Amino acid sequence: METRRITSSFGSEGDGRSDTPRQQLTSGATLVNRYSIQDVIGVGGMGSVYRARDLHFPNVVKLVAVKEMINMAPDPLVRQTIVQNFEREANLLATLHHTSIPRIYDYFSHDDRSYLVLEYVLGKDLETVINDTNGFLPEDQVISWAIQLCDVLSYLHSQKPEPIIFRDMKPSNVMINHNGDVVLVDFGIAKTFQTGQKGTMIGTEGYSPPEQYRGEATPLADIYSLGAALHHAITRRDPRLEPPFSFAERPIRKINPNVSVEFEAVVNVALQYNPGDRFPNATAMKEALMNVARKTGTLSKIASALPVSVSGAGSIKPIWDFKCEDEIRGTPVVHQGVLYTGCYDNNLYAINAADGKFQWKYPSDGGIVSRPAIQDGNVFFGSEDQRLHAVSTRTGKVVWTYYTEGKLYSSPRISDGHIFFGSEDQDLHAINLQSGRMVWKFSTDAPIYSTPLIYNEMIYFGTESGSFYALDFRGTLKWRFSAKRGITSSPIIKGQAVYFASLDGTLYALDAKSGWAIWKFRLGKGSVSSPVLADDYIFVGAADGFIYCVDTRTAKEVWRFKTDNQVSSSPAIFKDSVYCGSVDNYMYCLEYRTGRLRWKFESHGPITGSPVVYDDIVYFGSTDHHVYALFA
Amino acid sequence: MADFFRKLFGSKEITKPKVVDNATTAPLTDQQISSIIASQLPKYEIKQLISAVGQSVGKQREHNEDSVLALTSTIAGSSESIPFGLYIVADGMGGHQFGEVASNAAIRLIGGNITKKFHSFLYNMPSQALQESLQEVMETSIMDAHQFIQREAPGSGTTTTAALVLGQQITIGHVGDSRAYAVYLDGRIEPLTRDHSLVKRLEELGHLNKDEVENFPHRNVLIKALGQGETLEADIFTVPFPQNATLMICSDGLWGVINEKDIYRIISEAPNLHRACQQLVETANAAGGPDNITVILAQLIG
Repeated sequence: METRRITSSFGSEGDGRSDTPRQQLTSGATLVNRYSIQDVIGVGGMGSVYRARDLHFPNVVKLVAVKEMINMAPDPLVRQTIVQNFEREANLLATLHHTSIPRIYDYFSHDDRSYLVLEYVLGKDLETVINDTNGFLPEDQVISWAIQLCDVLSYLHSQKPEPIIFRDMKPSNVMINHNGDVVLVDFGIAKTFQTGQKGTMIGTEGYSPPEQYRGEATPLADIYSLGAALHHAITRRDPRLEPPFSFAERPIRKINPNVSVEFEAVVNVALQYNPGDRFPNATAMKEALMNVARKTGTLSKIASALPVSVSGAGSIKPIWDFKCEDEIRGTPVVHQGVLYTGCYDNNLYAINAADGKFQWKYPSDGGIVSRPAIQDGNVFFGSEDQRLHAVSTRTGKVVWTYYTEGKLYSSPRISDGHIFFGSEDQDLHAINLQSGRMVWKFSTDAPIYSTPLIYNEMIYFGTESGSFYALDFRGTLKWRFSAKRGITSSPIIKGQAVYFASLDGTLYALDAKSGWAIWKFRLGKGSVSSPVLADDYIFVGAADGFIYCVDTRTAKEVWRFKTDNQVSSSPAIFKDSVYCGSVDNYMYCLEYRTGRLRWKFESHGPITGSPVVYDDIVYFGSTDHHVYALFA
Repeated sequence: MADFFRKLFGSKEITKPKVVDNATTAPLTDQQISSIIASQLPKYEIKQLISAVGQSVGKQREHNEDSVLALTSTIAGSSESIPFGLYIVADGMGGHQFGEVASNAAIRLIGGNITKKFHSFLYNMPSQALQESLQEVMETSIMDAHQFIQREAPGSGTTTTAALVLGQQITIGHVGDSRAYAVYLDGRIEPLTRDHSLVKRLEELGHLNKDEVENFPHRNVLIKALGQGETLEADIFTVPFPQNATLMICSDGLWGVINEKDIYRIISEAPNLHRACQQLVETANAAGGPDNITVILAQLIG
């Protein structure tokens, strides 16, 4: 690998030729019998910048800045072209008049050096100001500088015949003078001296827009760089230390919560990758900033800053609802046009999924929270009466029941003619689907509320003590994993990794075969919600009120969505939406890639059960005693 | 599985005639298709992990700034054996001898840290379950190496692509532009890592098309490297070991020189992984060998 593959600032180590040591002028030296060098005030890649006294004004001390550029091109013809370009640019700049642009007094070249004599600006550059400030610069201050910078950019961009592109907007090129006003220094003029240099490192240009790497310099490039400079100023995060074009990964208000939403939005628009998505010109950006400064009107130009319009509660009408006699805390299932749900009124209900008409109910002797399973014309579910019930879907009459020693909250899973479920009696039961007789049971150390997962002849489930078990079909333990607190959440599997949440506030990914932890993701609080998967994402709710979306490969949060109370419900995916209930009474529909709210529906009680989506209809129960059917 | 139960419990399976009245046909939904595919995936079985390494300084460099580590073993347990593999390629930079220092340090610290974590398992000593997740182990190991390089070889840096194979999962830690690929038997070559290079970044943002990528003047500019920058965020992720495929980890001295077709051809035609590694290195050298060449190949067989 080559030595110039370097990521952070590398300094200017020269061009590899050591035969021309670049000598700085020393204080006391005089240039063209006029400019007496006092001090070096800056060193750039092309030469130094000096503070000098103009001897043409013998009676007053007139200070000027003298910028030196060393012509390093070896070829005489190229050298000559460079000098000509420099002089042309200097002439151009000399015609500019703006309070934020230093006046150009003079220029000259001799030997291999060219000099530009400018107004001396007393003050500090913005980078130094940022570094010297403890904490964040006040937003008002940054906005007022930003407005001035927009002004000067507008001025430059409106030059005829060609707009002048600053090209190098960054905090170190913005001087804050003794009045606190901005002055742009270091015009792109020095760039003419860089032609022909090979191997210049550009990996550090944190302020340049993407298109600049294709050699495009437009007014919109300056807008982007201004956005980048403002982002740096308000967050203190130097973009040269970050991957290029990664501002979107460092949202301003996440770093500096004091910044207003409006100002953040302005900066974000300026930083759009696509030039067409930025402000069309500096004047437009200035106006947006003025609006922020006034803190009045809305920023109508900034679509991305507008909160998503949400259909208000009440505007969504259920297709139907069905009233039971007590709370519904569990999850329904829909099979062949019929919805089955358990209820705390002890009944299992069969309801026509199309119109919500009652078909039959079957009474158990306890509340039913488990999600029914259906196979071969029977519906199977557990009840707090400690029994697993098998009921005919056609008649609603009991086929058989199976007793355990504890209440049943774990939902039954059916696989290969057998039913697997956990019980409060601490056993995982495997029973024959036809006969309802026990095949085996596996004893654990705590109640099992988690619903077992069956995959590849393995059975996975958690217990209330925080153990997570993997059994084979004989009921033999293959491996066991310990979380710090209970696992009520039911596991899900994909790509040989098994995922579940725990009351210890962690979402776990374990290797399905060995039980090694692949990753752990911290939730704000414990969770009883069972995760679901879509694409490379996993979704889960937690008691901190958030619905989380996490990347299954990297364990990085993709988004989180805040509800107003605990999320015990497990999310459901349908098409490109995720549906999830919350104890804040709402059922939420979010765009699953972004977490953007599509709609929400308010029931009259906490929603702890999970929705099920079938044929574009989302069904769920609420503790307000109702089952609802809504258009997905 | 049903057969197994029948054998075990002697219960007769009751077969019911399927009701086909009123049956209509419809295209399967995506969900149904994916569940069918999932049900056809091979079941768990004991797999063997094998690997080979190839390395060359190349034809145009005096120094070898690439470093490599390849460890393959099996964690033999009471019920079953778990394949274990640790594969690292690091491509150092920074001129003089510092490039080597950086890439060596990456191998030594990351490899050392991870093997230390698995020491008791690898040596079959009774042991507690690992407290950290595999991704946490990978991350702390990379951060250690990052800080060490900053301290001991300032100014230098290195790429690192480290793959920890445990069971049938690969946990990858990745910084820079060395690459991991899945080379499938059917000729597909799927990159598992994303280069942290300027050219890649611009391509991802849609600012360069294919031709511009090929001719981009700063192809070798990295935007992340171990030892570079105050904050380092390595890519850390876990994917299942690719089925019917060879895992390939290599430095740009290989992927920048041999095209994907040739890589596939060499791997598929070689009698074994060792020959394949040798052939890959020879081919890169025959193409000019402009940079150091490192390649690791690994397969789960059985």
